[in-house]
Amino acid sequence: MISDVAEDEEKWLAAGIAGLQQNAFYMHRALDSNNLRDALKYSAQMLSELRTSKLSPHKYYELYMRAFDELRKLEMFFKEEARRGCSIIDLYELVQHAGNILPRLYLLCTVGSVYIKSKEAPAKDVLKDLVEMCRGIQHPLRGLFLRSYLSQVSRDKLPDIGSEYEGDADTVTDAVEFVLQNFTEMNKLWVRMQHQGPARDKEKREKERSELRDLVGKNLHVLSQIEGIDLDMYKDGVLPRVLEQVVNCKDELAQFYLMDCIIQVFPDEYHLQTLDVLLGACPLLEPSVDIKTVLSQLMERLSNYAASSTEVLPEFLQVEAFSKLSNAIGKVIEAQVDMPTVGVVTLYSSLLTFTLHVHPDRLDYADQVLGSCVKKLSGKGKITDSKATKQIVALLSAPLEKYNDIVTALKLSNYPHVMEYLDNETNKVMSTVIIQSIMKNKTCISTSDKVEALFELVKGLVKDLDGTLHDEIDEDDFKEEQNSVSRLIQMLYNEDPVEMFKVICTVKKHILTGGPKRLPFTVPPLVFSCLKLVRQLQGQEENPFGDETSTTPKKIFQLLNQTIEALSIVPAPELSLQLYLQCAEAANDCDLEPVAYEFFTQAYILYEEEISDSKAQVTAIHLIIGTLQRMHVFGVENRDTLTHKATGYSAKLLKKPDQCRAVYACSHLFWVDDQENMKDGERVLLCLKRALRIANAAQQMTNATRGSTGSVTLFVEILNKYLYFFEKGNPQITISTIQGLIELITTEMQSDSTTPDPAADAFFASTLRYIQFQKQKGGAVGEKYEPIKV
Amino acid sequence: MEVHDYLKTLCPDLHITRGEYDEEMRYPETKTLTIGQFKLGLCHGHQVIPWGDLDSLAMLQRQLDVDILVTGHTHQFTAYKHEGGVVINPGSATGAYSSITYDVNPSFVLMDIDGLRVVVYVYELIDGEVKVDKIDFKKTTTASH
Repeated sequence: MISDVAEDEEKWLAAGIAGLQQNAFYMHRALDSNNLRDALKYSAQMLSELRTSKLSPHKYYELYMRAFDELRKLEMFFKEEARRGCSIIDLYELVQHAGNILPRLYLLCTVGSVYIKSKEAPAKDVLKDLVEMCRGIQHPLRGLFLRSYLSQVSRDKLPDIGSEYEGDADTVTDAVEFVLQNFTEMNKLWVRMQHQGPARDKEKREKERSELRDLVGKNLHVLSQIEGIDLDMYKDGVLPRVLEQVVNCKDELAQFYLMDCIIQVFPDEYHLQTLDVLLGACPLLEPSVDIKTVLSQLMERLSNYAASSTEVLPEFLQVEAFSKLSNAIGKVIEAQVDMPTVGVVTLYSSLLTFTLHVHPDRLDYADQVLGSCVKKLSGKGKITDSKATKQIVALLSAPLEKYNDIVTALKLSNYPHVMEYLDNETNKVMSTVIIQSIMKNKTCISTSDKVEALFELVKGLVKDLDGTLHDEIDEDDFKEEQNSVSRLIQMLYNEDPVEMFKVICTVKKHILTGGPKRLPFTVPPLVFSCLKLVRQLQGQEENPFGDETSTTPKKIFQLLNQTIEALSIVPAPELSLQLYLQCAEAANDCDLEPVAYEFFTQAYILYEEEISDSKAQVTAIHLIIGTLQRMHVFGVENRDTLTHKATGYSAKLLKKPDQCRAVYACSHLFWVDDQENMKDGERVLLCLKRALRIANAAQQMTNATRGSTGSVTLFVEILNKYLYFFEKGNPQITISTIQGLIELITTEMQSDSTTPDPAADAFFASTLRYIQFQKQKGGAVGEKYEPIKV
Repeated sequence: MEVHDYLKTLCPDLHITRGEYDEEMRYPETKTLTIGQFKLGLCHGHQVIPWGDLDSLAMLQRQLDVDILVTGHTHQFTAYKHEGGVVINPGSATGAYSSITYDVNPSFVLMDIDGLRVVVYVYELIDGEVKVDKIDFKKTTTASH
């Protein structure tokens, strides 16, 4: 059915074009032979094709354009005639004899154009005549195109100031009057189209009307180009007339389009000065008009205007733009009770952008906007519409981008209230946006109250909000989220230790609500912030008169203890152990023996009770030995206890090689280079001998289970340790000890039952090379090494 | 994972050994590789006690049989040459807290390996300024590997 219609239209258009071209041909022939009468006859016939009712606007336009081109040539002919002395007035008269009104009027406008150019009559008179004559066509489509033609031919002939057609005083008024009248009539025709035809074709009609809208809008464009219109004339003469037509036509399509047109074609300066009038028209429009888009457009233009130059800003203040817009929005929302949430938020989002551009220093305005938005949203519960949510995120992101500084955004008291309306997912998205803004701008959040406010804002990431289903979260996403929270914690800093401690306490309070999944991410950065603070305070003298509330390393260690303890609910024993040892070392540096001992105790308990994986044990034991080796704060008893335990753990590791290595590592616990009373040569040797026994046992085991002795690597390692302590001057390590081990290794390596191991061979070779090298060094070292035979 | 991916964008040829805070258990404790004429060894260093002790690190170097040992853990840049080769600790790229080193300056190292020569460029961020230093090492051909 529809394709039939389309086919028919094509046929009619083709027929119309054929008819037009044929008559045009004859018209040209008549023009060439200067036969005015025939030319007029054929041109009228040609224009009759435009009398059709069968074409859609799109097709009609094609026909119209061809007629337009032909009329240009006709106009040139008329111009020539006028030059040659033919009376234009007579011509004007003559064309009115055309039989049908539509061709008659097209010809009249064409002649009229030449008439004005000839200046034989004032432009205003001709224009007035033409615009009124066009009333003869009341058919919407034909009338629109006719008046469009009139507009096109008259464009450059308006009696504007500075134009050659300028008449006596007030001619600009005439020009304006002409355009306004054409506009008004065109709009009426355009609106009338809506009511033509059956109701079921409404959509089709609206589409067709949409195609024609620029014809109507062009008039406003022409108005904007008239130089003679100044602000006063616009305010008193132009805008009220245009708005009157817009309001009175009561047509949704027209109102929306024309409001938008007004905003786009006239200068922003004018809009500012006529804000009252413009905004006053809004509530008078049909309720179905998408006024929020119109207002948003207006605010966007004004925002850009404000952004373009700071010189215009005082104007905004002078006209009280902010309060006017604010009120207008409020009224519109009130009037359109069914406005969807996305509409409300979009409006406030545009208003906020406007405010940020025009009044960047007025945080109270920005807060006011957010507050109004909250009020309008109240009672709606959490927003579920994704478009609305996007708009809220845009609303909240605007201050962040503008101020480049979360601290300023934090001052907006209504900011967190807006966030309340986000569903949990979006809350997290927004929180991430906030943290990213901090990262990008390297914002330093330095006081505990700001930190408090910040963590309230990003609480979606810090803890489980009501109703979150944990299993929905993607692992990788969760990790990313938590990593950003960790990075955030690291960015919090204040030089003043007292304030910094307050910040730390605030953070601790929040992260401890995070639950077992989050703590492994959030506790370490906090711990290290604390340790950095301890180090900062270390340099300062502890004030003996300090009161209970002053910030001391001891206080911080208490907090550290509590914080690390929280990890037990995860549980994360390896991490906790590492953190305890870090604290122990820090306490050591502060000379706080009991505190250090306590941390070691906690670490040991974890090792004994919670760490059972052998690989984890190996790492843990190395950390324990490494840390303990560096401790200088312990008295003999404490040190002995801890060392004894450490060696005990070492010997009990599952795999023999691990045991061996851990035990010889323990040898370093008995020898600390920079402390004379910490060099216990005997116990060093005991350790190394024990390691050797374990290495032997390892060899035997491999022999028993695999039928060949394993690698001699462990022996070479122990040999290297012998050399280490030998060089340090441990009297217990004698040449014969070393020599004996060298021989043992050599024998083992040459034995048939040993599996060849190139790595071990290379290791032994480089060790021997080392001994040679030391011998060749000469001096005390050379002497020492001399007796060793390799 | 983020850091790992980031490092891969700097250079797809990435070699990693495990540090004590690494959650990824599959990173090895030590690694060796050959670049040009040099054998390199990697080890985070928390396994070598005493931490940062050059003699103990030299032992590891002998054990891995490498010309250049790259290590860390102390967050302190050091470059040490001994008869067996070179031990390089590039320090901490982020200036992270260390119980071993006070006032960590962020630093990293680039090694230019060319024939028997390696030039070590160390970049340090000190008081907001980037300072660059250069150390030359030549490998003697007497080494049997």
